[in-house]
Order: sequence, then structure tokens, then C-alpha cells
Amino acid sequence: MARKVEGTTMTEENQAQVTPMQQIEPQHHADKAPRESLVTVDDVTVKYSGSTAVEGVTFDIATNEITALIGASGCGKSTLLRCINRMNDLIPGAEVTGTINYKGVDLYGEKIDPVQVRKLIGMVFQKPNPFPKSIYDNVAFGPRVLGIKEDLDEIVEKSLRRASLWDEVKNRLNSSALGMSGGQQQRLCIARAIATSPDVILMDEPCSALDPISTGRIEDLMEELKTRYTIVIVTHNMQQAARVSDKTAFFTVNVNEDDKRFGQLVEFDDTEKIFTNPSDQRTEDYVTGKVG
Amino acid sequence: MKSIGASAARNELESRHRDFFERGFMLALIFSLGIGIIALVTLILQVLVEGFPRLNSELLTNFPSGNPEIAGAQSAIMGTIWVIGVTAAFTIPVGIGAAIYLEEYADKERWWNRFIELNLQNLAAVPAIVYGILGLAFIVRGFLGLGQTVLAAGLTLGLLVLPIVIISSREAIKAVPDTIRQGAYALGATRWQTVRRQVLPASIPGIATGTILALSRAIGEAAPLILIGGLTFITFNPESVNSNFTVLPIQIFNWVSRPQDEFRVLAAAAIVVLLVILLAMNALAIFLRNKYQRKY
Ligand SMILES: Nc1ncnc2c1ncn2[C@@H]1O[C@H](COP(=O)(O)OP(=O)(O)OP(=O)(O)O)[C@@H](O)[C@H]1O
Ligand SMILES: [Mg+2]
Repeated sequence: MARKVEGTTMTEENQAQVTPMQQIEPQHHADKAPRESLVTVDDVTVKYSGSTAVEGVTFDIATNEITALIGASGCGKSTLLRCINRMNDLIPGAEVTGTINYKGVDLYGEKIDPVQVRKLIGMVFQKPNPFPKSIYDNVAFGPRVLGIKEDLDEIVEKSLRRASLWDEVKNRLNSSALGMSGGQQQRLCIARAIATSPDVILMDEPCSALDPISTGRIEDLMEELKTRYTIVIVTHNMQQAARVSDKTAFFTVNVNEDDKRFGQLVEFDDTEKIFTNPSDQRTEDYVTGKVG
Repeated sequence: MKSIGASAARNELESRHRDFFERGFMLALIFSLGIGIIALVTLILQVLVEGFPRLNSELLTNFPSGNPEIAGAQSAIMGTIWVIGVTAAFTIPVGIGAAIYLEEYADKERWWNRFIELNLQNLAAVPAIVYGILGLAFIVRGFLGLGQTVLAAGLTLGLLVLPIVIISSREAIKAVPDTIRQGAYALGATRWQTVRRQVLPASIPGIATGTILALSRAIGEAAPLILIGGLTFITFNPESVNSNFTVLPIQIFNWVSRPQDEFRVLAAAAIVVLLVILLAMNALAIFLRNKYQRKY
């Protein structure tokens, strides 16, 4: 299963792979010069206690791009996202097959420590989940866990600035994070993720609990962050995916012979193409709002 | 929807039956609460009135004596403090450790972990006297052979309250939302770092409350300690964990069973001391709970 793919070979393969619409294989269109892929997801299938949640997903995540995962509820977006930083290891009964490479290293390789993976690939959750501690301690938690003791103040300030939260909280760094608004809490969670200097930040519906203004701020923030980080975002908000992302992966729920439901990747392409001229009818129906 | 007139609407909206039941139910609740409170207050008043003549500093400074005029409970008070100190030193680390293991590490699918869980509930319900027998057989004599000492008493009481400490600590750990653990893991924390830096600090108030309540139960126990040989007439304070000892409940038990009325007064006064210690501990537990109450 360990098909090592370099950026260049991938492109050639993709061009040869432009296939009829009804096929489920994702379709890559390399009209722009492709960026280097940082993470490659190759034929990944996830099962929970034996039943398939998502099957045979293949796509690439390019450096300093925002990749959006969209699709109806239950099609396995969160599941797939959690595979990328091995958070699925924490769910009893979850089983991942296929290959996920990060800079060519198999993240599920025998010697790989999931804890190290999560330091490089951070995560922001759907519901803001600040620790019941001070704002400062929230941001400093990651570095402290890494054993960093010096320059913590600097790291905290830098992370809060990058999460465009510094000006709002610089005078109350020692008050509880639980006293912040939902939008501030979510930006704090982003600051917290940044503080460990990850390469990739995974965001699972980061704005679904927020008002439009907070959502707008986080979208702006993502634009800024992508100069330094690679971002993968799950969202139910079509406009959001269209606004912020460079690439979009559209998933759907299939039903197999035994009436079991499982998710599949339908189409993966430049966001522009997905939203204006998708190759698959199901994608078109979804992005134009004809179905769920 | 059919529209209704104003008077019909008023009829619908104003409650009548509801009121009657609501009030009746409320009264029943207040009544049951009242029984508990009245019983407690009567008890406290009674011992206060009865023990009042001997509620003086001599009660705290004097040692037991055959002469009720000069007898005091100092050795019993100090014995209680020593024994509970040992109990706390033993039961807090072991209890919290076991709770952490069961909540954060144990694979709940495994039969032995489920077996332990089931037995904790059972152990918490075992009568104190049985722990006394256990302590006598394995701690005082037999396996550990510690003799009739403070250490043996503290360990016996420790075993007695350990299930309670474990169960209440587990509840406190369970109450920490999973999103906090996930947040920590997602930042690259190991399991131990997650437990040590997030789960434990967040659950300490609950753990402390449960532990203090468990210890205050241990303070009131007489039966298991009588069984393992707590003495009733000790005219010195414990000097180490290897000293012989007596504790307040045993002293009270002894005084109550004396024929002279003066000793009965002494017993009532000692009960007041015991109650004050218990109430102080419970107040501390409530204080901790309120002070650190978290809204996640
Ligand atoms: N922890 C779990 N244990 C068992 N099954 C799970 C678990 N998490 C998800 N699933 C199942 O996996 C499938 C995909 O779920 P997932 O949460 O990944 O979907 P999703 O696309 O993120 O949906 P949503 O848009 O509602 O968040 C669903 O059928 C779900 O029931
Ligand atoms: Mg989801």
C-alpha cells in the first residue's frame, strides 16, 4: 500500500487520470503549476469497530494552501481529518488503512510516535475548547509540554498576535480563558495550536459555533496564516469553502450492498473549478444547493 | 390553529390545579427536609447542654483519669489526629492513583478492569467491623504484624475509606470534559502530561471534597479500632506511628459506658469536640468545592 509519491510524479499521474465523471476516483486538474504536496492521503479507509466510515480516499495537501473538505453530514470529513494527526488513535475501535505521508514519511509507520505527529500537525476543534486556565497558560501549554521554559512570554505574544487576538487580551493574560466570547475562545484555540509551531493546522468546522462577524475574523485569519502554515478545514458553509480555500475535496455518503452507509471522496480539485465547473454531477448538485 | 377569545385565553393561561399540587409537593419536601434537620439540631443541642459543664480547656489538655473531675481527652484528640494523618497519607495517593488508572488508563473492555469496578462498589458497602477483623488479622498480627499501633489503625481506616476515595475521585475525573483531553492531545501532550497538567488540576476540587468527606467518616469510626486494639486508658500522646493510641470515638465509648454521671457529661463534651472537628472538615470540603467550582 505504501505507494511513495513525489510531487512531480503525482502530477504526471494526475494528468493521465482525467476520467469520466461517473467514476469515483478523484480528478486532479493541473492547470496551474502545482505546489509541492506536504501531505499525501493515499487510498485511506477508516473503520469504526469494523464498520466502514470512509473508504478509499486519495488526495494531496499542498504546502501553504488551504484545503477544504466539504460534504453532507456523516460522510467522514472529521474522521479523515483526525487521521492526519492520528487523533483517531484515541478512539477505541478506530482502524485506519492506506497511507498518509507527511513529507514522504509514512505517518502510520511502525516507529512513528503519534505524540510527535500531533506536534507537527495541530488541530482546532468545532467547539472552542479552551482549558480552564488563564489565557496565558492556554497558549503556553503546548510549548511547556514540549519542554520549552525560556521565552515563553515571547511565544505567547507572537502566537496571540498571529491569531489576531493580542490587542484584545494583552491586558488580561492572567484571567480565565473561560471568560472570553466564543469567537475569542476559538481564536485562542488557534493561537494555542500555533504556539507549538506546527506545519499543518487541521480545523474541524472552526466557525460553526460562531456569529458571522467572528466567522469573518477567523476567515481573514486563515488567509494570513496560510503564508506560514498549511491548513485543512472542514466546513458545511459553501461560501466559506469558496472564499477561503485553494483546493476543495467533496465527499458523499454511499450505501453498499449490505445497506451500510460509508463516505467516499467524489471530487478533489481547485476550489474555483469545484464551484464553477465541477466534473461530477453530485458535486454540482451539492455546491449549487440542490441536495443536502 | 383556532383562535380563542380573551377570557378563554385567560382561563388557559392561569393555573389552578397546578398551583395546588405544586404547593402540596413543596410542603412534603420541606417536611422531609425538616425531619432531618430537626433530628440533627436536637442531637447537637442535647450534647451541647449535657456536655456544657465540661466544655473547658481541661478537656483538651488533661489525660484520661479514674477521677472524672480531672479527666480529659487530650490523648484521644492527639490519637485521632495521628491516626487520621496516617490514613490520609496512605489513602490519598493510593486512592487518586487508582482512580486515575481506572478512568484514564484502564481498558474498560477487559474483564479484570470491570471486575475491579464492580468490587469497588461492593467494598464501599462492607461494614466497618469487617475491616477491623481484616486489620487485626493482616495488619496488627499476621502478614504485616505492626502491633496495636497508630500505623496499624491508620492503615485499617485507610482500607475502610479507600473505596470511597477511589469512587469519588473517579467521579471528579469523569466530570472533566473529553474536549479538554482532546485539546491537550492535539497539542502533542502525552497521556501522562494530559492527566498531570489538565485532568488532575481540573478535578482536584472534586477529589478534595470526596477525600475530606471520606476522612471525616474515618474519624467517627470506633468499631474497627476497638477491634484492632485501640486502648481506652492512655495517659500519653502518640510520639510516633509506632505508639499505642486511643481515639475520640473510643474514648467516648468508654466514658459513656461508665456508671458515674460525671463521665456521661465528659462523654457529651467529647462528642461536641468530635462534632466540631467533623463540621470543620465538611465546611472545608464545601469551601473547596465552591471556591474551585468550574464551568467548562
Ligand atoms: N467515534 C466514533 N465511533 C464510531 N463511529 C464514528 C465515530 N465518529 C464518527 N463515526 C461514524 O463515522 C461516520 C463519519 O463520521 P464523521 O464524524 O467523520 O462525519 P462528518 O463528515 O464529520 O459529519 P459532520 O458533518 O456531521 O461532522 C459516521 O457514520 C459516524 O457515525
Ligand atoms: Mg464532523
